Amino acid sequence: MPRLKSIAELQQLRAQLQKDLGSRTETSTTITVGMGTCGISAGARDVMLAILDALNARGITAHVTTVGCIGMCHKEPLVDIQQGDEPRITYGNVTPKMVERIIEEHVVNGRVVEEWVVGRVEPAHRPAAGAGQEA
Amino acid sequence: MAERHRADVLVSCLHGRCEELIPALEEEIKRRGLVGEVEVVEAGCRGLCAMGPVLLIQPEGLFYTNVGPADVPELVEETLIKGRVVERLTYKEPVTHQTVCRYEDIPFYKKQVRHVMRQCGLIDPQSIDEYIAVGGYQALAKVLSSMTPEQVIEEVKRSGLRGRGGAGFSTGAKWESTRRAKGEVRYVVANGDEGDPGAFMNRSLMEGDPHSIIEGMIIGAYAIGAHQGFIYVRDEYPLAVHNLQVALEQAREYGLLGTDILGSGFDFDIKIVRGAGAFVCGESSALMQSLEGKVGEPRPKHFHATERGLWDCPTALNNVETWANIPLIINNGADWFASIGTERSKGTKTFCLVGQVQNTGLIEVPLGIRLREIIYDIGGGIRGGGEFKAVQTGGPSGGCIPASMLDLPVDYDSLVEAGSMMGSGGMIVMDDHTCMVDVARYFLDFLKEESCGKCVPCREGIRRMLEILTRITEGQGTLTDLTTLEGLAKVVRSASLCGLGKSAPNPVLSTLHYFRDEYVAHIVDHRCPAKVCKALIEYSIDPEKCTGCGLCRRKCPREAISGERKEVHTIDAALCIKCGICHDVCRFDAVVVR
Repeated sequence: MPRLKSIAELQQLRAQLQKDLGSRTETSTTITVGMGTCGISAGARDVMLAILDALNARGITAHVTTVGCIGMCHKEPLVDIQQGDEPRITYGNVTPKMVERIIEEHVVNGRVVEEWVVGRVEPAHRPAAGAGQEA
Repeated sequence: MAERHRADVLVSCLHGRCEELIPALEEEIKRRGLVGEVEVVEAGCRGLCAMGPVLLIQPEGLFYTNVGPADVPELVEETLIKGRVVERLTYKEPVTHQTVCRYEDIPFYKKQVRHVMRQCGLIDPQSIDEYIAVGGYQALAKVLSSMTPEQVIEEVKRSGLRGRGGAGFSTGAKWESTRRAKGEVRYVVANGDEGDPGAFMNRSLMEGDPHSIIEGMIIGAYAIGAHQGFIYVRDEYPLAVHNLQVALEQAREYGLLGTDILGSGFDFDIKIVRGAGAFVCGESSALMQSLEGKVGEPRPKHFHATERGLWDCPTALNNVETWANIPLIINNGADWFASIGTERSKGTKTFCLVGQVQNTGLIEVPLGIRLREIIYDIGGGIRGGGEFKAVQTGGPSGGCIPASMLDLPVDYDSLVEAGSMMGSGGMIVMDDHTCMVDVARYFLDFLKEESCGKCVPCREGIRRMLEILTRITEGQGTLTDLTTLEGLAKVVRSASLCGLGKSAPNPVLSTLHYFRDEYVAHIVDHRCPAKVCKALIEYSIDPEKCTGCGLCRRKCPREAISGERKEVHTIDAALCIKCGICHDVCRFDAVVVR
């Protein structure tokens, strides 16, 4: 990683990162697993392994990432799926057994498994929109 | 085209999936003698590839999805010849967007205002790149490029930010006196030693967005003129320690920590120090003792830490949540921050909503919100059909607030007035199955263990109060005990050295104040209204309801239950240890607690 020598370099890096992250979410599927302590104790690690297995078995390339606690500890483990510029869909109380169907129906066929969904985050509310700056 | 033909069939979203579809359509059209009347056109992608192949039939505007060659004869027969719709192929509104609730509309989030926690759960906490992409370190850039330390302090002062560890001291004022204090070396410290049972806001913040704390600390260090910072975090939070470590390393690699930060000439670095699990080390002076490598005991407060703190140097010690508020204030301005909250409590506060509430979790709300809104609108009310009895704010040494005060605004001053405190933000909801005397006993038992023992009022006072409370829960109390309790509580509160002792009487005093009738019931009637205190309850079996299934007999760990199959069972009170298992397993509500 480069050492930033000035504020101009920080701004340059930020612009580049925004572009990179933006194109990553726009062109592929991002699967996010809540892996704060609450998520892990509710079984998020097994869920993530099941997701990786299911993706491998189907030869699907998706970006799998982890995040901290979003607050809904009673709904952990939480798994978010975001495809292209679609809203980010959150599944709650996910178990390894549910993973197969979520991958098959949502990731492959683009149909949200409604009965397990907790909520959605519109693209405008995604962090890539520069939420840190908004009032 | 539409004028030349009676109908057009526009085929799209094939993506090589169903090459036979178009030939099949053309073949069928030819077979039914529709050539010249109907034309098949391969059209561009409609963006519904997941439902492809899709067919649009003009001029009717019929939209068919997931069409295969097998559907062709029916489609041509029904739609193109008879003019009818093939229902099973019609486009169904995708369930994705309309039916799924947006986060803002989920009751749990509706009344929340997430600023400090804005990135928690959304960005990868182990990636500085994601933090920078969403606007991270912009506040630092602003401070280093366009603000003097005095301006930073002024901005924080003007915002009205008060310490999020619970004491509620003005952060700006603290920084100002640290900057003004005499001494060459100054320190900034982040307190992440969250020890309250049932509280985990600081843990989630350190795990979920460590860079926001680090950025706040760099800004604070610049403001007071410190070059070394410490994050004190308890070792029971391994993931928080790990994520903070990763974050510090990444910040160093980018030159956001170290020498000459962003070419400004300002040097600063942060070290993580892990606490060994003593509750008292969350108290600022004990924390600094521990940081220095000494036994974690509080110091007498002849000097403020702002003048003589860590190694007797001026020190600004703030809670991690306070630090995470700093970048927000710098980015959005003091006026923006001061517009949230109440007259004297500005901004938002994170709370851990736990206990007998439907939606347990971590919430962030504007200060001044009513307790009722937190428990009913966000928390979804009481779990398991019970009735709300009390909520304890401020951790083990907070007070219990009764149902009659549910409309109390949650801010520093109102909570203290109600006999509780803000604390770091634990919120334990209790229902009518909770005995308030037992709750007071439970928390004093915790505090007895955690009192460091340095000063007599705390060490001895808590023990004596605990003895009395235990006696009452066993049905051996007297009414004079209540006066003794109140007297002891006042001494412990006024004479203890640190916050632990000063606030320890809160659970006793608040329950005595709001739930005195429960104490009296224990003492006078030898009765525990919530049916919790074992010495005052008795289990028996209702002969009317007992079916003789034998489940309780099999589950009883003391073999205290006897009875023949399909006949009424009985409990031997001499053997019964009142564990309550029979009551929990009975499917016929036949086990009665008195």
